[in-house]
Amino acid sequence: MADLRNTFAGIKSPNPFWLASAPPTDKAYNVERAFKAGWGGVVWKTLGEEGPPVVNVNGPRYGAIWGADRRLLGLNNIELITDRPLQVNLQEMKQVKMNWPDRALIASIMVPCEENAWKSILPLVEETGADGIELNFGCPHGMSERGMGSAVGQVPEYIEMVVRWCKQYTRMPVITKLTPNITDIRKPARAAKAGGTDAVSLINTINSIVSVDLDSFAPTPTVGGKGSHGGYCGPAVKPIALNMVAEIARDPETYGLPISGIGGITTWRDAAEFLALGAGNVQVCTAAMTYGFKIVQEMITGLSDWMDEKGHRSLDDIIARAVPNTTDWQYLNLNYVAKAHIDQDACIKCGRCHIACEDTSHQAITALVDGVRHFEVLEEECVGCNLCVNVCPVENCITMVGLEPGTLDQRTGKPVDPNYANWTTHPNNPMARQAAE
Amino acid sequence: MGTSISGIMGGRLSPADYEKNFTDLHPPLDRHQALVASDRCYFCYDAPCMTACPTAIDIPMFIRQISTGNAVGAAKTIFDQNILGGMCARVCPTETLCEQACVRNTAGDRPVEIGLLQRHATDTAMERDIQFYQRPERTHRRIAVVGAGPAGLACAHRLAMNGHDVIIFDARVKPGGLNEYGIATYKTTDDFAQREVDYLLAIGGIEIRNGQKLGRDFTLGELAENFDAVFLGIGLAGVNALRVEGEQLSGVEDAVDFIAALRQVEDKGDIAVGRRVVVIGGGMTAIDAAVQAKLLGAEEVTICYRRGKEDMNASEFEQELATSKGVMIRHWLQPRRVIGKDGRVAGIEVEYTEMQDGKLSGTGETGILAADQIFKAIGQTFDPASVPNLRLDGGRIAVDAEGRTSMARVWAGGDCVKAGEDLTVTSVAQGRDAAESINQALAAAANSAVAVA
Repeated sequence: MADLRNTFAGIKSPNPFWLASAPPTDKAYNVERAFKAGWGGVVWKTLGEEGPPVVNVNGPRYGAIWGADRRLLGLNNIELITDRPLQVNLQEMKQVKMNWPDRALIASIMVPCEENAWKSILPLVEETGADGIELNFGCPHGMSERGMGSAVGQVPEYIEMVVRWCKQYTRMPVITKLTPNITDIRKPARAAKAGGTDAVSLINTINSIVSVDLDSFAPTPTVGGKGSHGGYCGPAVKPIALNMVAEIARDPETYGLPISGIGGITTWRDAAEFLALGAGNVQVCTAAMTYGFKIVQEMITGLSDWMDEKGHRSLDDIIARAVPNTTDWQYLNLNYVAKAHIDQDACIKCGRCHIACEDTSHQAITALVDGVRHFEVLEEECVGCNLCVNVCPVENCITMVGLEPGTLDQRTGKPVDPNYANWTTHPNNPMARQAAE
Repeated sequence: MGTSISGIMGGRLSPADYEKNFTDLHPPLDRHQALVASDRCYFCYDAPCMTACPTAIDIPMFIRQISTGNAVGAAKTIFDQNILGGMCARVCPTETLCEQACVRNTAGDRPVEIGLLQRHATDTAMERDIQFYQRPERTHRRIAVVGAGPAGLACAHRLAMNGHDVIIFDARVKPGGLNEYGIATYKTTDDFAQREVDYLLAIGGIEIRNGQKLGRDFTLGELAENFDAVFLGIGLAGVNALRVEGEQLSGVEDAVDFIAALRQVEDKGDIAVGRRVVVIGGGMTAIDAAVQAKLLGAEEVTICYRRGKEDMNASEFEQELATSKGVMIRHWLQPRRVIGKDGRVAGIEVEYTEMQDGKLSGTGETGILAADQIFKAIGQTFDPASVPNLRLDGGRIAVDAEGRTSMARVWAGGDCVKAGEDLTVTSVAQGRDAAESINQALAAAANSAVAVA
């Protein structure tokens, strides 16, 4: 059986599945249940300053989008950091850590951007025996209006400054949690690294309005007739998160910086993809909030079974394996030619490939051949765009087949060039022309 | 109860059992079920289901409308092609039409539940009494429609949509034709046929005169003289006879009468049914009679069909429905003689059959099935007596592609014409298309009059 033991920024856990800082990790009761279910670690819901805790709305905090059978695809929330007194949280964290010494327990922290605020809370957290801290620079709602959360995460200089304070005032590993509500995720990651962070975690939630109630004409969730933007998460955000993780993983300036991958992880497969793109472990929230803590058992067995099947013995065998294959568009091989191929035995003749290609692409798929309903690729028109593959309802019915070098590309009338050539040297590229001149 | 008492009698079951047995065969989808079912539609290009529908309903479109929460819009998409879409959703043999064509079958999956989705949409609009069509300015053209069945109603509605005045003559007490009298009770509960007629008539401009029979109360010649056009949707009035000894015995009944009586009766316990019932035939009527005899408490119901399973007109689904209700279907048996005792049916002698040189013939081997009630369901026939001047084709009214008969200004459609498939949905298509043809003919006549003037 594959070894799922994980060491992330020096923090050990029996598996790479942590619960993200969120409602599921707000109390000892929940966290105890999570550990019983098998979670490798938790990031305790974000602690605020000592004093009167924040308050939440007393109406709906969540909104969602669903598939047809009410499968939850995306979740949005306007809940703030913990609304329980700091001391209560700290006492519970300490007790839970004592009860579960083999599990990772991380404290998420969000206090004002003042040195003293951080300096005073860190020893309190350290005293609980927590394995590390996560700096919440991500929440896009509520706290950001008070100069915290994503308001910090959007300013690299602030990130660097706060991380530096934390490294100065605690011996605990520091994980900097990044907001995706920014144009270039590498900038805050570089800043965190410059401040001395031990790791980054991402993504926090995305600014969002999930829907508008068309009777009341108010965004949902609606609180007393009004709605506010919230933080979006769940399966729908996974592609955005994957890209941001990869951006940091392959950035030479942050190369090797541990990344805790977060964003829509619902199954072992999602987790494996994050690990492959450079995440050292993963954090989960929405899937647990949708199905309960038991899902971690599917994640553990699924990841382990897949690793066994593929001969991967430990997480190190898969972490960052897809990073070298992630590149910029300009380095893609323009001499690679693929054509769609429709397996006629698998084709159910729905015609979606045809209409997608006919209406919106390259008119490269027939609808009728000799008066009979028949869907077939016209290689002389096919640019290999893959749209038909994506709209086909039958898995593996349409596949992209790469042409062997030397074979004729019927669209261009030229043989496929065996040599790698990309945009940087392409004659149509004005930059390449300048360089040549 | 009295299930096992011999002879033909009512009240074999408790009222609760009657109620249970005659509820909706396919309970309607609720909103969530409809959303899930609609999500299974692939929105095919040039969708095969649409091609398979005799009325060419834009099925992918109405299903997509349901999936986006617009069941009312979906109903309009359906009614635009088929104003009796509510009944068709209940009685269409979808398993041999749209749902058979569904590409999900090819994927080795079950088809999208098109019939149930269509019902969801049409029920939604009808329950809210949303009317989609308004009569334009009256043309003052008057059209006679004979027969208030699916063909006649579809024709009348489309004519009214074009501003014409329509008078429907129908021989029966209630309109609806086979929708009212000819369909198994569990397929159309809660007086749906009448509700549908009322819904359709709301467009205005259509008057129904019940108890008016062609050939008895008026002639085709009179209609042709007094109206701008005539549409005949008179169905099949005759029932084929067994032509065997003992057919006149008490207890030998027409399946269509049995089915009609069941539809009209208030208390199902009033319908007498035998302990042992034999149904002769292999079509939908045979299935409907056999299943309902069983549901009324008959102990033993046997369908005898003179050919093989694959030759039966009843769909595979209908056959399975019958067997699931406990009906025994026997093939390759033909009736030889009805056996009587004290002037009443006691059994039926049947002979095995086989195909010889492409012809069906008896093998000479016979046997006797005990029975106290026998239903004849071996097909209905067109009775040409009421239309003596029309050219016939295959024993039914001959029409061209637009539904025109051999007589000027007379159109026909539904089961009474040759091209009919004896399906509700085909009748609707023919009635609707004849109305369009009539409308064009009237418009052309009006234009030429203007041109001459």
